[in-house]
Amino acid sequence: MFARGLKPLSIASVVLVVGAFALVFFYAPNDADQGFIQKIFYLHVPLAIVALFGFVAGGVFGIRYLRDGDRAHDLRSYVAIHLSLIFGVATLITGSIWAKASWGHWWLWDEPTLVSFLIVFLLYACYTPLRFSIEDPERQARTAAVFAITAGAFVPLNFLAVRMAESLAHPRVLSETGGSMPGDMYLTFLVSLAAMAVLFVTLCKYELTSKEASMRLRALKRRLAAADDDAWTPTARSAAPQQL
Amino acid sequence: MPALPLDDAGPYVAAAYLVFLALILIYVAIMAGKLVRIARELGELSELVERRERSSGDELSTPAGEAVPR
Repeated sequence: MFARGLKPLSIASVVLVVGAFALVFFYAPNDADQGFIQKIFYLHVPLAIVALFGFVAGGVFGIRYLRDGDRAHDLRSYVAIHLSLIFGVATLITGSIWAKASWGHWWLWDEPTLVSFLIVFLLYACYTPLRFSIEDPERQARTAAVFAITAGAFVPLNFLAVRMAESLAHPRVLSETGGSMPGDMYLTFLVSLAAMAVLFVTLCKYELTSKEASMRLRALKRRLAAADDDAWTPTARSAAPQQL
Repeated sequence: MPALPLDDAGPYVAAAYLVFLALILIYVAIMAGKLVRIARELGELSELVERRERSSGDELSTPAGEAVPR
Protein backbone atom coordinates (compact mmCIF):
# COMPACT_ATOMS: atom_id res chain seq x y z
CA MET A 1 0.00 0.00 0.00
CA PHE A 2 2.79 2.44 0.97
CA ALA A 3 5.62 1.08 -1.21
CA ARG A 4 4.32 2.55 -4.48
CA GLY A 5 6.77 5.02 -6.02
CA LEU A 6 9.49 4.28 -3.48
CA LYS A 7 12.20 3.55 -6.06
CA PRO A 8 11.83 6.78 -8.10
CA LEU A 9 11.51 8.78 -4.88
CA SER A 10 14.73 7.24 -3.53
CA ILE A 11 16.58 8.07 -6.74
CA ALA A 12 15.15 11.62 -6.72
CA SER A 13 16.28 12.05 -3.09
CA VAL A 14 19.86 11.01 -3.83
CA VAL A 15 20.04 13.19 -6.97
CA LEU A 16 18.54 16.22 -5.23
CA VAL A 17 20.63 15.95 -2.03
CA VAL A 18 23.89 15.46 -3.99
CA GLY A 19 22.87 18.27 -6.40
CA ALA A 20 21.99 20.61 -3.53
CA PHE A 21 25.30 19.98 -1.73
CA ALA A 22 27.19 20.49 -5.00
CA LEU A 23 25.39 23.83 -5.52
CA VAL A 24 26.13 24.85 -1.91
CA PHE A 25 29.87 24.27 -2.18
CA PHE A 26 30.62 24.90 -5.88
CA TYR A 27 27.97 27.37 -7.13
CA ALA A 28 26.62 29.60 -4.36
CA PRO A 29 29.01 32.45 -3.50
CA ASN A 30 30.24 33.08 0.03
CA ASP A 31 28.05 35.50 1.96
CA ALA A 32 29.51 39.02 2.07
CA ASP A 33 28.69 39.41 5.76
CA GLN A 34 29.18 35.92 7.27
CA GLY A 35 31.59 34.35 4.80
CA PHE A 36 31.93 30.57 4.48
CA ILE A 37 30.04 29.80 7.71
CA GLN A 38 26.81 30.88 5.97
CA LYS A 39 26.91 27.55 4.05
CA ILE A 40 25.20 26.01 7.10
CA PHE A 41 22.14 28.09 6.19
CA TYR A 42 21.41 25.82 3.16
CA LEU A 43 21.12 22.83 5.48
CA HIS A 44 19.71 24.32 8.68
CA VAL A 45 16.82 26.37 7.25
CA PRO A 46 15.39 23.69 4.87
CA LEU A 47 15.59 21.14 7.73
CA ALA A 48 13.64 23.51 10.00
CA ILE A 49 10.99 24.30 7.36
CA VAL A 50 10.48 20.63 6.44
CA ALA A 51 10.31 19.61 10.12
CA LEU A 52 7.62 22.25 10.81
CA PHE A 53 5.62 21.21 7.73
CA GLY A 54 5.96 17.58 8.86
CA PHE A 55 4.44 18.47 12.24
CA VAL A 56 1.53 20.20 10.49
CA ALA A 57 1.13 17.18 8.16
CA GLY A 58 0.89 14.98 11.27
CA GLY A 59 -2.04 17.14 12.40
CA VAL A 60 -3.73 16.93 8.98
CA PHE A 61 -3.49 13.12 9.06
CA GLY A 62 -4.85 13.26 12.60
CA ILE A 63 -7.92 15.12 11.29
CA ARG A 64 -8.35 12.55 8.52
CA TYR A 65 -8.10 9.71 11.04
CA LEU A 66 -10.78 11.23 13.28
CA ARG A 67 -13.02 11.85 10.25
CA ASP A 68 -12.62 8.48 8.48
CA GLY A 69 -11.44 6.17 11.27
CA ASP A 70 -8.87 4.77 8.81
CA ARG A 71 -5.89 3.42 10.80
CA ALA A 72 -3.58 4.13 7.85
CA HIS A 73 -3.99 7.86 8.58
CA ASP A 74 -2.99 7.26 12.21
CA LEU A 75 0.15 5.49 10.97
CA ARG A 76 0.90 8.36 8.54
CA SER A 77 0.45 10.90 11.34
CA TYR A 78 2.78 8.91 13.63
CA VAL A 79 5.49 8.54 10.97
CA ALA A 80 5.30 12.23 9.90
CA ILE A 81 5.74 13.40 13.50
CA HIS A 82 8.46 10.83 14.20
CA LEU A 83 10.52 11.93 11.20
CA SER A 84 9.88 15.61 11.93
CA LEU A 85 11.38 15.04 15.38
CA ILE A 86 14.53 13.59 13.76
CA PHE A 87 14.69 16.57 11.37
CA GLY A 88 14.09 18.80 14.42
CA VAL A 89 17.10 17.30 16.21
CA ALA A 90 19.21 17.99 13.09
CA THR A 91 17.85 21.58 12.97
CA LEU A 92 18.73 22.24 16.62
CA ILE A 93 22.25 20.79 16.33
CA THR A 94 23.11 22.53 13.03
CA GLY A 95 21.60 25.78 14.38
CA SER A 96 23.72 25.56 17.52
CA ILE A 97 26.88 25.00 15.48
CA TRP A 98 26.02 28.01 13.30
CA ALA A 99 25.23 30.15 16.37
CA LYS A 100 28.55 29.26 18.00
CA ALA A 101 30.46 30.19 14.85
CA SER A 102 28.57 33.44 14.12
CA TRP A 103 27.46 34.73 17.54
CA GLY A 104 30.02 33.03 19.78
CA HIS A 105 27.33 31.16 21.76
CA TRP A 106 25.86 27.66 21.34
CA TRP A 107 22.41 29.00 22.31
CA LEU A 108 20.73 32.39 22.90
CA TRP A 109 17.75 32.29 25.24
CA ASP A 110 16.57 35.82 24.28
CA GLU A 111 16.24 34.92 20.58
CA PRO A 112 12.51 34.24 19.81
CA THR A 113 13.12 32.05 16.72
CA LEU A 114 15.41 29.65 18.56
CA VAL A 115 13.33 29.40 21.71
CA SER A 116 10.04 29.02 19.80
CA PHE A 117 11.48 26.15 17.73
CA LEU A 118 12.72 24.49 20.92
CA ILE A 119 9.22 24.84 22.46
CA VAL A 120 7.62 23.23 19.39
CA PHE A 121 10.24 20.45 19.45
CA LEU A 122 9.73 19.75 23.17
CA LEU A 123 5.95 19.79 22.68
CA TYR A 124 6.24 17.07 20.03
CA ALA A 125 8.80 15.18 22.12
CA CYS A 126 5.80 14.36 24.37
CA TYR A 127 3.97 12.68 21.47
CA THR A 128 5.73 9.29 21.62
CA PRO A 129 5.55 8.92 25.45
CA LEU A 130 1.86 9.90 25.24
CA ARG A 131 1.19 7.13 22.73
CA PHE A 132 3.23 4.63 24.73
CA SER A 133 1.27 5.42 27.90
CA ILE A 134 -2.02 4.27 26.34
CA GLU A 135 -2.44 0.52 25.86
CA ASP A 136 -5.79 0.34 24.06
CA PRO A 137 -4.94 0.82 20.33
CA GLU A 138 -8.20 2.62 19.52
CA ARG A 139 -7.83 5.07 22.39
CA GLN A 140 -4.14 5.50 21.64
CA ALA A 141 -4.85 6.47 18.03
CA ARG A 142 -7.70 8.85 18.99
CA THR A 143 -5.71 10.62 21.71
CA ALA A 144 -2.63 10.88 19.47
CA ALA A 145 -4.78 12.38 16.69
CA VAL A 146 -6.20 15.03 19.06
CA PHE A 147 -2.66 15.84 20.25
CA ALA A 148 -1.34 16.04 16.67
CA ILE A 149 -4.18 18.40 15.62
CA THR A 150 -3.79 20.70 18.64
CA ALA A 151 -0.01 20.84 18.39
CA GLY A 152 -0.20 21.14 14.59
CA ALA A 153 -2.40 24.24 14.93
CA PHE A 154 0.16 25.68 17.37
CA VAL A 155 2.99 25.51 14.77
CA PRO A 156 1.75 28.24 12.34
CA LEU A 157 0.53 30.39 15.25
CA ASN A 158 3.98 30.14 16.79
CA PHE A 159 5.59 31.01 13.45
CA LEU A 160 3.40 34.13 13.09
CA ALA A 161 4.05 35.23 16.68
CA VAL A 162 7.81 35.01 16.13
CA ARG A 163 7.60 37.00 12.88
CA MET A 164 5.72 39.75 14.71
CA ALA A 165 8.48 39.96 17.33
CA GLU A 166 10.48 43.18 17.17
CA SER A 167 14.13 42.49 17.98
CA LEU A 168 15.61 39.64 15.99
CA ALA A 169 19.23 38.60 15.62
CA HIS A 170 18.09 35.57 13.59
CA PRO A 171 18.05 36.33 9.83
CA ARG A 172 14.72 36.35 7.91
CA VAL A 173 14.52 34.01 4.95
CA LEU A 174 10.89 33.68 3.95
CA SER A 175 9.88 37.16 2.82
CA GLU A 176 8.47 38.72 -0.35
CA THR A 177 11.99 39.76 -1.36
CA GLY A 178 13.44 36.30 -0.70
CA GLY A 179 15.30 37.60 2.35
CA SER A 180 17.38 39.95 0.12
CA MET A 181 19.34 37.00 -1.24
CA PRO A 182 21.10 37.18 -4.63
CA GLY A 183 19.65 34.92 -7.35
CA ASP A 184 22.32 32.20 -7.19
CA MET A 185 22.00 31.91 -3.40
CA TYR A 186 18.21 31.84 -3.62
CA LEU A 187 18.32 29.11 -6.28
CA THR A 188 20.67 27.04 -4.10
CA PHE A 189 18.35 27.53 -1.15
CA LEU A 190 15.31 26.41 -3.19
CA VAL A 191 17.11 23.27 -4.45
CA SER A 192 18.21 22.47 -0.87
CA LEU A 193 14.64 22.93 0.33
CA ALA A 194 13.34 20.62 -2.42
CA ALA A 195 16.04 18.05 -1.54
CA MET A 196 15.08 18.02 2.15
CA ALA A 197 11.36 17.84 1.32
CA VAL A 198 11.83 14.88 -1.06
CA LEU A 199 14.18 13.18 1.43
CA PHE A 200 11.53 13.60 4.13
CA VAL A 201 8.80 12.06 1.95
CA THR A 202 11.12 9.18 0.94
CA LEU A 203 12.07 8.35 4.54
CA CYS A 204 8.38 8.57 5.51
CA LYS A 205 7.57 6.04 2.79
CA TYR A 206 10.41 3.75 3.94
CA GLU A 207 9.11 3.76 7.49
CA LEU A 208 5.47 3.33 6.43
CA THR A 209 6.41 0.37 4.21
CA SER A 210 8.48 -1.22 6.97
CA LYS A 211 5.69 -0.77 9.53
CA GLU A 212 3.10 -2.17 7.12
CA ALA A 213 5.29 -5.24 6.46
CA SER A 214 5.71 -5.79 10.23
CA MET A 215 1.95 -5.49 10.77
CA ARG A 216 1.14 -7.95 7.98
CA LEU A 217 3.67 -10.42 9.38
CA ARG A 218 2.19 -10.13 12.86
CA ALA A 219 -1.31 -10.66 11.48
CA LEU A 220 -0.13 -13.74 9.54
CA LYS A 221 1.57 -15.13 12.66
CA ARG A 222 -1.62 -14.65 14.64
CA ARG A 223 -3.66 -16.47 11.98
CA LEU A 224 -1.22 -19.37 11.86
CA ALA A 225 -1.09 -19.57 15.65
CA ALA A 226 -4.90 -19.58 15.80
CA ALA A 227 -5.06 -22.35 13.18
CA ASP A 228 -2.55 -24.39 15.20
CA ASP A 229 -4.60 -23.84 18.37
CA ASP A 230 -1.46 -22.43 19.93
CA ALA A 231 -1.76 -20.08 22.84
CA TRP A 232 -1.85 -16.60 21.27
CA THR A 233 0.71 -14.24 22.72
CA PRO A 234 -0.28 -10.57 22.61
CA THR A 235 2.16 -8.10 21.02
CA ALA A 236 4.29 -5.96 23.33
CA ARG A 237 3.06 -2.46 24.11
CA SER A 238 4.35 0.06 21.58
CA ALA A 239 4.09 3.75 20.79
CA ALA A 240 3.75 2.95 17.08
CA PRO A 241 0.40 1.84 15.64
CA GLN A 242 0.21 -1.98 15.74
CA GLN A 243 -2.47 -2.72 13.15
CA LEU A 244 -4.04 -1.21 10.06
CA MET B 1 30.52 39.93 14.50
CA PRO B 2 33.02 39.86 11.59
CA ALA B 3 33.00 36.88 9.19
CA LEU B 4 35.17 33.96 10.30
CA PRO B 5 38.14 33.19 8.03
CA LEU B 6 37.82 30.00 5.97
CA ASP B 7 40.24 28.08 8.22
CA ASP B 8 38.08 28.75 11.28
CA ALA B 9 34.68 28.43 9.60
CA GLY B 10 35.53 25.16 7.75
CA PRO B 11 35.36 22.84 10.79
CA TYR B 12 31.98 24.29 11.84
CA VAL B 13 30.49 23.84 8.37
CA ALA B 14 31.94 20.32 8.13
CA ALA B 15 30.54 19.49 11.58
CA ALA B 16 27.03 20.68 10.63
CA TYR B 17 26.94 18.63 7.41
CA LEU B 18 28.48 15.59 9.14
CA VAL B 19 25.82 15.74 11.88
CA PHE B 20 23.13 15.66 9.20
CA LEU B 21 24.78 12.72 7.40
CA ALA B 22 25.32 10.87 10.68
CA LEU B 23 21.63 11.25 11.63
CA ILE B 24 20.51 9.96 8.24
CA LEU B 25 22.95 7.03 8.45
CA ILE B 26 21.78 6.14 11.98
CA TYR B 27 18.18 6.24 10.76
CA VAL B 28 19.02 4.02 7.77
CA ALA B 29 20.92 1.60 10.07
CA ILE B 30 17.89 1.33 12.38
CA MET B 31 15.64 0.72 9.35
CA ALA B 32 18.09 -1.95 8.12
CA GLY B 33 17.88 -3.65 11.53
CA LYS B 34 14.10 -3.70 11.27
CA LEU B 35 14.33 -5.11 7.75
CA VAL B 36 16.60 -7.92 8.99
CA ARG B 37 14.04 -8.73 11.71
CA ILE B 38 11.21 -8.81 9.16
CA ALA B 39 13.28 -11.11 6.91
CA ARG B 40 14.01 -13.44 9.85
CA GLU B 41 10.36 -13.59 10.89
CA LEU B 42 9.34 -14.21 7.28
CA GLY B 43 11.81 -17.10 7.16
CA GLU B 44 10.33 -18.56 10.36
CA LEU B 45 6.82 -18.27 8.94
CA SER B 46 7.84 -19.92 5.64
CA GLU B 47 9.42 -22.76 7.62
CA LEU B 48 6.27 -23.17 9.70
CA VAL B 49 4.06 -23.28 6.60
CA GLU B 50 6.37 -25.79 4.89
CA ARG B 51 6.36 -28.01 8.00
CA ARG B 52 2.59 -27.86 8.10
CA GLU B 53 2.25 -28.67 4.38
CA ARG B 54 4.65 -31.60 4.79
CA SER B 55 2.78 -33.02 7.77
CA SER B 56 -0.63 -32.63 6.07
CA GLY B 57 0.82 -34.31 2.93
CA ASP B 58 2.07 -37.18 5.08
CA GLU B 59 -1.36 -37.58 6.62
CA LEU B 60 -2.99 -37.73 3.15
CA SER B 61 -0.52 -40.24 1.69
CA THR B 62 -0.42 -42.57 4.73
CA PRO B 63 -3.04 -45.34 4.53
CA ALA B 64 -5.21 -45.85 7.61
CA GLY B 65 -3.63 -48.08 10.21
CA GLU B 66 -0.08 -47.56 9.01
CA ALA B 67 2.35 -45.15 10.57
CA VAL B 68 4.85 -45.09 7.71
CA PRO B 69 3.81 -44.50 4.07
CA ARG B 70 4.61 -47.37 1.67
